[in-house]
Amino acid sequence: MRDTIAAISTAVSASGIGIIRVSGTRAVEIANQVYRSKKKNWELSQAATHTIHYGHIYDGEEIVDEVLVLLMRAPRTFTGEDTVEIDCHGGVYAMKRVLEAVLKKGARIAEPGEFTKRAFLNGRLDLSQAEAVMDVIQSKNQQALNNSIRQLKGSVKQKITEIRQKILYEIAYIEAALDDPEHMSLEGFDERLLDTVKEQKLRIEQLLSTSEDGKIIQEGIRTVIIGKPNAGKSSLLNVLLGEERAIVTEIAGTTRDTLEEYIHMGGVALKLVDTAGIRQTSDVVESIGVDKALNQAEQADLILYVADASVPLDESDYQIMEMIKEKQAIILLNKSDLPEKVNARELVRLTGKHVTEVSAKEETGLEELKIQIESMFFQGRLQLPEDIYITNLRHKKLLQEAVESLNQVLDSLYSHMPEDFYSIDLMTAYEALGSILGESVDEDVINEIFHKFCVGK
Amino acid sequence: MMSRLVRNYQVVVVGAGHAGCEAALACARLGLDTVIFTVSVDSIALMPCNPNIGGSSKGHLVRDVDALGGEMGKNIDAVFIQSKMLNKSKGPAVHSLRAQADKQAYSTRMRKTMEETEHLTIKQGEVVKIVTEDGRVRGVETYSKAVYECKAVILCTGTYLKARCIYGDVSTNTGPNGLQAANFLTDSLKELGVKMLRFKTGTPARIDGNTIDYDKMERQTGDEWVRPFSFSTSAEEIQREQVSCWLTYTNERTHEIIRNNLDRSPLYSGKIEGTGPRYCPSIEDKVVRFADKDRHQVFIEPEGLYTSEMYVGGMSSSLPEDVQFEMYHTVPGLEHAEIVRNAYAIEYDCIDPRQLNATLEFKSIQGLFSAGQFNGSSGYEEAAAQGLIAGINASMKILNRDMVTLDRSQSYIGVLIDDLVTKENKEPYRMMTSRAEYRLLLRQDNADLRLREIGWKAGLVGEKEYEYVLWKKEKIAEEIDRVNQKHLGASERIQSFLRKNKSAPLKSGVTLADLIRRPELDYEMLKELDEERPNLPWDVREQVNIHIKYEGYINRQEKQVLQFKKLEQKILPDDIDYEKITNLRKEARQKLSLYRPASLGQASRISGVSPSDISVLMVYLGTIHR
Repeated sequence: MRDTIAAISTAVSASGIGIIRVSGTRAVEIANQVYRSKKKNWELSQAATHTIHYGHIYDGEEIVDEVLVLLMRAPRTFTGEDTVEIDCHGGVYAMKRVLEAVLKKGARIAEPGEFTKRAFLNGRLDLSQAEAVMDVIQSKNQQALNNSIRQLKGSVKQKITEIRQKILYEIAYIEAALDDPEHMSLEGFDERLLDTVKEQKLRIEQLLSTSEDGKIIQEGIRTVIIGKPNAGKSSLLNVLLGEERAIVTEIAGTTRDTLEEYIHMGGVALKLVDTAGIRQTSDVVESIGVDKALNQAEQADLILYVADASVPLDESDYQIMEMIKEKQAIILLNKSDLPEKVNARELVRLTGKHVTEVSAKEETGLEELKIQIESMFFQGRLQLPEDIYITNLRHKKLLQEAVESLNQVLDSLYSHMPEDFYSIDLMTAYEALGSILGESVDEDVINEIFHKFCVGK
Repeated sequence: MMSRLVRNYQVVVVGAGHAGCEAALACARLGLDTVIFTVSVDSIALMPCNPNIGGSSKGHLVRDVDALGGEMGKNIDAVFIQSKMLNKSKGPAVHSLRAQADKQAYSTRMRKTMEETEHLTIKQGEVVKIVTEDGRVRGVETYSKAVYECKAVILCTGTYLKARCIYGDVSTNTGPNGLQAANFLTDSLKELGVKMLRFKTGTPARIDGNTIDYDKMERQTGDEWVRPFSFSTSAEEIQREQVSCWLTYTNERTHEIIRNNLDRSPLYSGKIEGTGPRYCPSIEDKVVRFADKDRHQVFIEPEGLYTSEMYVGGMSSSLPEDVQFEMYHTVPGLEHAEIVRNAYAIEYDCIDPRQLNATLEFKSIQGLFSAGQFNGSSGYEEAAAQGLIAGINASMKILNRDMVTLDRSQSYIGVLIDDLVTKENKEPYRMMTSRAEYRLLLRQDNADLRLREIGWKAGLVGEKEYEYVLWKKEKIAEEIDRVNQKHLGASERIQSFLRKNKSAPLKSGVTLADLIRRPELDYEMLKELDEERPNLPWDVREQVNIHIKYEGYINRQEKQVLQFKKLEQKILPDDIDYEKITNLRKEARQKLSLYRPASLGQASRISGVSPSDISVLMVYLGTIHR
């Protein structure tokens, strides 16, 4: 018996129709709980296999969407299991709500490639397809893992890491005392733990309350600003940010030397990443910054290359131009108010990219940049990562799991359970938070015990 | 050709420490002709370090060993001189027995037991070579060139392989207590392709009790009612007078002496290359790593009734003799102490245990098993547990029966062995309760319910004992049912009982089980409200109480175990060529090829194998099974 999984199986975009697929032993039962027909006294679970039904999806008493439901019982389905497909209105919001409703009733978010995996394991795919199936699983999972961590905001990552550290300390405290009761006493520990758990729970709940509007992961086109030192990257960034009134400023948590900010240009959300200036250098610290900048640019969805119009092109410019060849990029020719040493035509000839003349100082040329970005977006050359909503949902689920586990710890504390029970639920919370960061537990507790507490004979 | 002694046995056990004794007894009791080698017959089941058996999570191991039909529990029950249930104020899962042993009596009783066991021969001598043929064990060769042919060899060499004892500048090539080291076997193993590691551990000084001023220390006594380790020992028969242990502390002066002489410590000067255990740090380690602590506990424990020697727990060291002398004398109560034996560190060869299957047989050498410190663990209990499993499996192999592996949800022994054979181990491995993820199910009170059947099937647990467990299980189930169904109304009698026990009065009827669940009440207390209560032995009552009280948690862990078992049961065939599964990430391919896990579950615990690699393997297995 396998558990029941669900996922959005169409592209998460503003398409006309979206399909939520549910597969597993409880698929029909779960769909039945969120679906209501117009017909009185009629339930989905009574329906014959391979039939289509009109109705609504509910989240509690609230109508989420008007849908068509396709019901297919095992074994004649793609996965070989009971499968329900919910055709809802396209658009991110509706799909997300329908998926969430299904998850609330006990389905879990499918791992990348999991439907295909089940199809294969249930004999619905030919043996010759095994290779392809393994390929899909591995590549989709790697991609999801990378995206999931990449999309996580630096500040959120920092917060989760801090919360985890606090929880780990308490687990290790309990475990060290259990292991070596004659060296360590747990007297008065309950009160302290109560405070810690309440505090950390509150912090997770705060993260959760912001997750609704997508603030755990930032939904924006990853835009990296790159250029030589003093080309005016940072002042340009400031101008861009200054124009945007409603920005939420984020202090980077991950790296000291790259700064992340979020803005909207026209209708397009951008995640702006400022980087260290690119130049040939023998300074170790600086070259680390340069490597990091190049690395950021590699991962970018859009590169804004800030060129300095007032100094001639050099080695570093050519290095950057080489790098942006295969990427979506716009060249910003800054300091166009100063005497010209480099002109736009030359840059276009060298790169084939669009060049916009700007002046951070005079704040000119920004309107043209905005139009350029918008047109790239609507031509489909720039896209939001598809799985960003799923990542968000997954993270949200994990945060909820952590909160539930901490609630369990509070219950145990209030009912004066022995201390060893606390650490079981603390551990579950620690694991859930770790999954968000893509970190497993391994020997964390034992390392923490030996690191922080002097135990042993 | 030179003539030599040639003997024939079914099993050869190398080493007669805690692992070797269990291994040899298991084999002999299962009817196999067994010979056990020791460098000194006077050091059988020697306790060269702490004078106690059990302790947190180690007590669990002893109970598990006992439930399977091992000897350790019975042996300590016979010779303990103090006993204590640790963590009594905490949950039942972490209650743990620890008993002080009379070391000599412990050793003597084990030796006698072995001498009286049929099919078992004790032999003094050093094994220097493992003889194999076509990847299969054929026998061993001793230092005197005698050959012992056999079908299985169990290596339990403890800390003796190329052992070196060190303190200060002094280093001797001996095993513990000045016993002869075994200097040749390592090379023979290396020739067989076995990967060796070098580990380190240590022990504190022993002090003449007559020179200790106990008035300056706190007395530590045993439990008033001692619970036996063994399920076969009756508690009534083992209540006896107990000795005390003593607690004192180091102080700033002690620490200052240590700090001033750190440069003379072989650990810090690089004379010791082995990896030491973090859980059993030397006093110099503690002083360096926890510099903010102004004192450390020191436990003074008797070595036995036969001697006045006392073990100085908490102060193991490899500092030079003069520093030790000065340092011990700063501790209150030890001002005039005479040191009988100096503290020392010991280095020894052991293996990377990932070369073993969970049966404790070498993956690459048929019939070669190993257990104990040789496998990179530490502790008497860890050794005994592995010795028992190695003994059972060597026997099963020879008898052509299914080998026994315990998984992480069945026993602490399962956790211990799985950790050893799966995870990278950088220091001597010690059991800890936090290593057992299903510890609510692996309690010391239910070891018999978990493991008796396995021991009985193997042939080490008697019919009578097994039948008792079956009866006990039935009684527990019946009584849980009854208690769940028994309704109590809000009568005045009940309300006044609750008031008396500071428990909230009832608003409506409840079941007896509901009341047992209240933190301030338990099964025993509620006896007076429970007229139809059947007369049940205490061990049944204890199980009923625990089950009802912690039902929610226990059920949750049981669900997790179901999930865990799914992957555990997916067996990875021996002949998989991981290099050919190109969809596995490179690191996963390398690790899987190297360690060849037995199941998908074990594979998932190898560091470097990701969940998506497991999914890929699952699909790959699907292709094999079509």
